[in-house]
Amino acid sequence: MSSTFDTVANIIAETCDIEREKITPDSHAIDDLGIDSLDFLDIAFAIDKAFGIKMPLEKWTQEVNDGKATTEQYFVLKNLADRIDELVAAKNASAGTAS
Amino acid sequence: MQLEYFQLIDRIVDLNLGDKTITVEAQVPQTHTIFEGHFPGFPIMPGVLLTEAMAQSSGWLLLGVMKFERMPFLAMVKEAKMRGFVSPGQLLTIEAKIEHEGSGFAVTSAKARVGTELKCSAELTFRHIPFPDPKLRVYMDAMANKIGFPLQAIAQ
Repeated sequence: MSSTFDTVANIIAETCDIEREKITPDSHAIDDLGIDSLDFLDIAFAIDKAFGIKMPLEKWTQEVNDGKATTEQYFVLKNLADRIDELVAAKNASAGTAS
Repeated sequence: MQLEYFQLIDRIVDLNLGDKTITVEAQVPQTHTIFEGHFPGFPIMPGVLLTEAMAQSSGWLLLGVMKFERMPFLAMVKEAKMRGFVSPGQLLTIEAKIEHEGSGFAVTSAKARVGTELKCSAELTFRHIPFPDPKLRVYMDAMANKIGFPLQAIAQ
């Protein structure tokens, strides 16, 4: 079973035509990989679908704009993978509560 | 259609907020200067306008789902396929469906037919933001009224 990071890296490689080898856990999606906001929409769509979640991009962007978070917390890929794992866990917990 | 004002949708036939689908009609004008250049002797609707018609159909659907609290703007067009010619005077029936609702964006699929014949299809991505100007909200309310948007559907 592939890791969250591997799934995200594969999505980025396919969506943005970036060589998979250049995408590492420490890559910053914007600063290192040069992913722009439009490509990130495509990536967000693919990640949402792959993990069955809704990444709160607007909330994250607001936190960065307000100085409450850094872009590294959300856009360095190992951190993004952690955020995705948290969202998946929250979703599973809520599904367990509902059933 | 009022092509001068880029108003491509004439009426909403069905809006289903539960299924997140919409069906609209768009009457292609019999005559227009666009057809004088596109093309002489063989007038057809430009593909960009068919794509815009699918985008506007999706936009009305998204407005309904978001209860007119946010305005969708077209951001991406994928898999736009012009499958057949659309001629002056033909009536387009356009169906759109929300495929995904993300945070600050949404993805739709849309298809346009003349009669039963599929003429074009596309996957469209929109960013949506709170209305950037009150004038735009007033304008969209007026347009909604004009094309028969079922405002009672979003009051539920």
